[in-house]
Amino acid sequence: MNTPLRTTKFSGKKVNLSHGAGGKAMQDLIDEIFVKGFASPELELLEDQARFELSELAKLGSRLAMTTDSYVVDPLFFPGGDIGKLAVTGTVNDLAVGGAIPLYLTCGMIIEEGFPIDDLQRIVASMKKTADQAGVRIVTGDTKVVPRGAADKLFINTAGIGVIAEQTNILASRAQVGDVVIINGYVGDHGAAIVDARGELALEISVETDCQPLNKLIQAMLAVCPDIHCMRDATRGGLATILNEFATRSGIAIELEQLQIPVREEVRGVCEVLGLDPLYLANEGKLVAIVPEQYSQALVEMMQQDPAGKGSCIIGKIAASPQGKVILNTGFGGKRIIDMLIGEQLPRIC
Amino acid sequence: MKFVDEFRDTEKAQTLTKAIHSIATKLAVNQVKPLQIMEFCGGHTHTIFRYGIEQMLPDSIEMVHGPGCPVCVLPMGRVDDCVVLAELPNVIFTTFGDAMRVPGSKKSLLQAKADGADIRMTYSPMDALNLARKNPDKEVIFFGLGFETTMPSTALTVLQAEREGITNFSLFCNHITTVPTIKAVLDSPDMKLDGFLAPGHVAMVIGERPFDFIAKDYHKPIVVTGFEPLDILHSLWMLLLQIEQGRSEVENQYTRIVQANGNTPALKAISQVFEIREFFEWRGLGSIDHSGVRMKEDYAAFDAEKKFSVPNLKIADPKSCQCGEVIKGVIKPWDCKIFGTKCNPENPMGALMVSSEGACAAYFNNGYHQQKTA
Repeated sequence: MNTPLRTTKFSGKKVNLSHGAGGKAMQDLIDEIFVKGFASPELELLEDQARFELSELAKLGSRLAMTTDSYVVDPLFFPGGDIGKLAVTGTVNDLAVGGAIPLYLTCGMIIEEGFPIDDLQRIVASMKKTADQAGVRIVTGDTKVVPRGAADKLFINTAGIGVIAEQTNILASRAQVGDVVIINGYVGDHGAAIVDARGELALEISVETDCQPLNKLIQAMLAVCPDIHCMRDATRGGLATILNEFATRSGIAIELEQLQIPVREEVRGVCEVLGLDPLYLANEGKLVAIVPEQYSQALVEMMQQDPAGKGSCIIGKIAASPQGKVILNTGFGGKRIIDMLIGEQLPRIC
Repeated sequence: MKFVDEFRDTEKAQTLTKAIHSIATKLAVNQVKPLQIMEFCGGHTHTIFRYGIEQMLPDSIEMVHGPGCPVCVLPMGRVDDCVVLAELPNVIFTTFGDAMRVPGSKKSLLQAKADGADIRMTYSPMDALNLARKNPDKEVIFFGLGFETTMPSTALTVLQAEREGITNFSLFCNHITTVPTIKAVLDSPDMKLDGFLAPGHVAMVIGERPFDFIAKDYHKPIVVTGFEPLDILHSLWMLLLQIEQGRSEVENQYTRIVQANGNTPALKAISQVFEIREFFEWRGLGSIDHSGVRMKEDYAAFDAEKKFSVPNLKIADPKSCQCGEVIKGVIKPWDCKIFGTKCNPENPMGALMVSSEGACAAYFNNGYHQQKTA
């Protein structure tokens, strides 16, 4: 929010339906806000598609990876981030957890009539900054403006392309008995920050989103441990959902140690008050990796040196049974099964 | 976290677990069936599952998860009434989040919201009153539910609305009472319970004395219990000690919160606004005399049942449901014919599958789909 904005002829103005009508108004908006904002050579050609040299891609690996995600977060600006940062990070991370080196993103925006162009410019600047940080370029895009009420302020879709190296083979079905579970820091920050930013609860907390690109950390991890078995970013549904997917797909059991799972005091507090479980809260900069035990120590030590992995630690291990289940050793001496979430995590009343 | 971690201390838990095992072993010599201890309150059920407390107990102790989840026991007809109110023009219908998914005969509040009704989740009745202040041209209805724990805050909100002269706020009152419900469980012919953990937050309001009849008339020991895992273990130990010594008394484990006579201002607010209904319909348990409250005539202006036409239909529970038997500890959730098949948390048929605090949902969500995996 604090980055100073370029002054443009749109400063102080609002998006109207003509900005999506395909004519001069739209061209002006695209040139001024998107092309200048994203500043990538592919976009500046103003063709209907971005073009890549296959031979350049082939130098990085043997397979292309492609993904897409839509971003509808409310509010658009929240502690530590905004929808733009999220839209780049989310897609970069979806590529990166498969072991891909993310390279190019697309950006589709659906804008509600009346949206302040200054906010749009801020969001584009945030996307550019995050893309630079991750080392990716936004190379093509699309803009639609819909009448007031037909969308809520702004929705963004990004798709991404990356390249996976020959030797990398990360799959949800590869967890093996004896492997260990690693996470790169505190869980639940993003979910708690959004609950707070909605302002319905007048909480007095200072948690920021953990929204961050993970691709550089992941490439460093692959250098230490080329045979990472499973890896995902723990976004919607949180840590619990991802681990359930690994357990089901690999046909193994995952045993978690509650006391080793890092949760910030403030996030624990929010969860205590609202009856939520941090294991199901969303993250936007957290990866969960399942790796062979012999690499785990070196891997965690390396990750802790990386800014995106300061809080890295081992939180559990893979066992043979009960197959397909995630079990939490509660830290109180009991055990419980961590299941998939049914519906939304609704607060309890008493 | 201060004032939280102290009540989750592993070492203290081990000490208490050992003490529980030691008494249980002595008692088991003369036992023909496991001791059945009912935790009445859904909040206790939640703690027991969240910390895996059942696995820490000896086989000779069986926890029976009682009817104290106000969301679970809400009958289908009342949900239908909520939907009717929520779909009235110019109404903002406000509710605690848990109640959103409870199935009515046609739809839940969540579905009604998707169909266009203005339904909002609130964390307190005061939030609903605030909405009424901000939307003077709309009627804001608050769906009041819960035992005596949530009654005072609803009563105080009505009194506040009256003081401020707010005319666009009303309450759809579905508050229920604890004591008649425990009595109904105790009077049931197939009841085999050996003792109770009494709901700590209800006792915070009504005090310890209303539970005396359980000890005196039914000769069952009962311990008023807090909601942290150590509270549960501590209370179980106190209960076992009573059983071992042949006592049946009301004891208070939750002394940091509960006073013998309860909370006088809270009780005053309740009695000012509410009066006992002749009977109230429960999902899973049928009609129980005096088990609900309604608003007094003086507050008719804030009573959604009087302000609007509420159909108040009685809709029978699905025949296949065995919630009543699960609540009384006669069968375990997995013994029910439709547990986990026709009835699951995504499509709950029975009361106990509805909220995460219901016994069946707790069993299902924690993976206890059948006895073998427990």
